[in-house]
Amino acid sequence: MSAADLVIMDEDHRRFADVLERLRSDANANLTFLQDRNGQQIAMAGVVDNIDTTSLASLTAGNVAATDGLAKLIGEKEFSILFHEGENEHLHISVVASRGILVVLFDEKSSLGLVRLRVKKAGAELGTIMDEVTEREQSRQISGTGGASPFSEITDDDIDALFS
Amino acid sequence: MTFINYAAREINCKIVYYGPGLGGKTTNIQYIYDRTIQGAKGKLISLATESDRTLFFDFLPIELGTIRGFKTRFHLYTVPGQVFYDASRKLILKGVDGVVFVADSQEARMDANLEAIDNLKLNLRDNGFDLATLPYVLQFNKRDLPTALPVDQLTRELRIKDEPIFEAVASKGTGVFDTLKAAVKQVLIDLKSR
Repeated sequence: MSAADLVIMDEDHRRFADVLERLRSDANANLTFLQDRNGQQIAMAGVVDNIDTTSLASLTAGNVAATDGLAKLIGEKEFSILFHEGENEHLHISVVASRGILVVLFDEKSSLGLVRLRVKKAGAELGTIMDEVTEREQSRQISGTGGASPFSEITDDDIDALFS
Repeated sequence: MTFINYAAREINCKIVYYGPGLGGKTTNIQYIYDRTIQGAKGKLISLATESDRTLFFDFLPIELGTIRGFKTRFHLYTVPGQVFYDASRKLILKGVDGVVFVADSQEARMDANLEAIDNLKLNLRDNGFDLATLPYVLQFNKRDLPTALPVDQLTRELRIKDEPIFEAVASKGTGVFDTLKAAVKQVLIDLKSR
């Protein structure tokens, strides 16, 4: 495997959600959203009534991956911030701790400057938590003490039942 | 790279459909979408050209049920089959948990199949994976065409390890869910063994 699996415990989720909620409030944003580079959503804060967050995460990951490819083509390591400006809603996308992506959705109640300012601090906090989560999982896998996995005892019957 | 979320009690895995252009990767995903009940599937996203050729990827999230109290969700992706989109193909393999190779059974497409398998190996390696150890399923699609080669011959030329093989007519749904089920099974068994 090229990277450790991403394993989020209740406590991790609470810490991520706290930072995201604070960011949402400080930046006057409608939605703050943390996912990994593979398109898996991790935590969010805000209103998601009309938004398909699974699609949002997948497309954002594709967007960041494609932009990474562009960066490398011109000799840059990455473009760490992407900004999409719509008529009413805007998306601010930034890379945190190399494997995470922070998405902020905002409208005219906020501004790009404010979002950028708040994202800087929140991104660093989220990055720290993410690094801790990654290190914990890596050391678990290396030491073989990943006994917390609920899947170590799944049976063929469990798998077959998924398709019944 | 599997994502286990204890807070939401769910596990997310990624399966990528790979293969030569016009082989039926998108048709597989489309059939799964059509035949999966509402509530167990998300939106099918297709980033395609005006002529319906996959430009970047197709994406379909499906939920298969619960194992040991955890919702089991699979994210299905296809890659663009056309060679000049190779940079995109490589990106989609990031964090993959299992691959389904959709081969075109027609004799005229054999070179394209072989080229796509070589390309898969290369792109996996660039992402830090080894096809020899990755969950992998081979599908021979378009079995209904008169120009389809015999299964024995396709197996001899395209099988690279002891991967399960399925005959399919994706446009009619034949073999589509058998292929998916085999891929899911391998991914979960791989997860179990870690």
